[in-house]
Amino acid sequence: MADVNRGNRPLSPHLQVYRPQLTSVTSIFTRITGNALIVGAILVVWWFIAAAKGPEAFARADWVLTSYLGDLVMFLSAWALWYHTLAGIRHLIWDTGRGLAIETAEKLGLAIIAGSAILTILTVIIV
Amino acid sequence: MVELTLPKDSVIKTGKTWPKPDGATNVRKFQIYRWDPDTGENPRVDTYFVDLDTCGPMVLDALIKIKNEIDPTLTFRRSCREGICGSCAMNIDGTNTLACTRGMDEIKGTVKIYPLPHMPVVKDLIPDLTHFYAQHASIMPWLETESNEPVKEWRQSPEDRKKLDGLYECIMCASCSTACPSYWWNGDKYLGPAALLHAYRWIIDSRDEATGERLDQLEDPFKLYRCHTIMNCTKTCPKGLNPAKAIASIKKMMVDRAI
Repeated sequence: MADVNRGNRPLSPHLQVYRPQLTSVTSIFTRITGNALIVGAILVVWWFIAAAKGPEAFARADWVLTSYLGDLVMFLSAWALWYHTLAGIRHLIWDTGRGLAIETAEKLGLAIIAGSAILTILTVIIV
Repeated sequence: MVELTLPKDSVIKTGKTWPKPDGATNVRKFQIYRWDPDTGENPRVDTYFVDLDTCGPMVLDALIKIKNEIDPTLTFRRSCREGICGSCAMNIDGTNTLACTRGMDEIKGTVKIYPLPHMPVVKDLIPDLTHFYAQHASIMPWLETESNEPVKEWRQSPEDRKKLDGLYECIMCASCSTACPSYWWNGDKYLGPAALLHAYRWIIDSRDEATGERLDQLEDPFKLYRCHTIMNCTKTCPKGLNPAKAIASIKKMMVDRAI
């Protein structure tokens, strides 16, 4: 409530003391992966545009994207994409009013984490 | 607004370590947030040692023992000591709960106690709940009717009464709302889980005749829709209620009436 006038009163600690919960951590990662994917998407678009422009431009983009760092960014993007997709499905389930008991919500959270890891590894193996 | 760190005047300093009780063998360490409005100094965390052999089992028992025997200036709210008044809600061991119903055996190691998170502090463990109560009042927490007053009482079938189970038990301790990151960042405009659970309690009350008006009032980007189903509210509720589900139900009603 930072925007409510506190007068001379201090603000009690929040993130500093609140224990991370499975549900809160999976929630914030939905947002982080969603934002991080913008970077991945821009890089992929750059790769496509470079391919359309000509061999020289493509060679440059391809060099960056297949470099060690490029590989890492693409690997993380693949994970972020799977994670964000699965978390989105969880939100769709929640929107129907289902899966909102803590036990179910936490199981869905674990499913997202495990599912995104498995799907990322499969993606890397297949692609 | 999202502000991850504490403002300058709220940064916590290391406080005083109070002496251990003489001759005690079963001692528990407590770290407790302190702020004294009269000194103008920053908040601090004091360390206390409590002899568990001469203390009750709950965190509240230890707080009362500290106040009685070690440091009478330690300030906190408490009343019923049985989880029905909601006065002693505070952040214990990283989550919000009632000091009177949280057993010390449920906590590993040092017992860390802070006031309810992201609230203005009146003194020590006492947060200023003025805005929280005003938000509760804003959802019209009473029966709104247009029909003529019945001779005896507003009647309700057992089935309709059942719909209020899991909602009416809320004691307004503010544990859920102050556990919610959305409420931390947008608490001035977002109503928070407690007020929204109460809003839903009246929306689905079969005797209430202002359902449409109540939904209209909540149809707002902030009041209702800042809930992102983080679920800290439900996880922390000392009464085992599910505000996240109540909020999801309101969102569903919004969609249902729009299509």
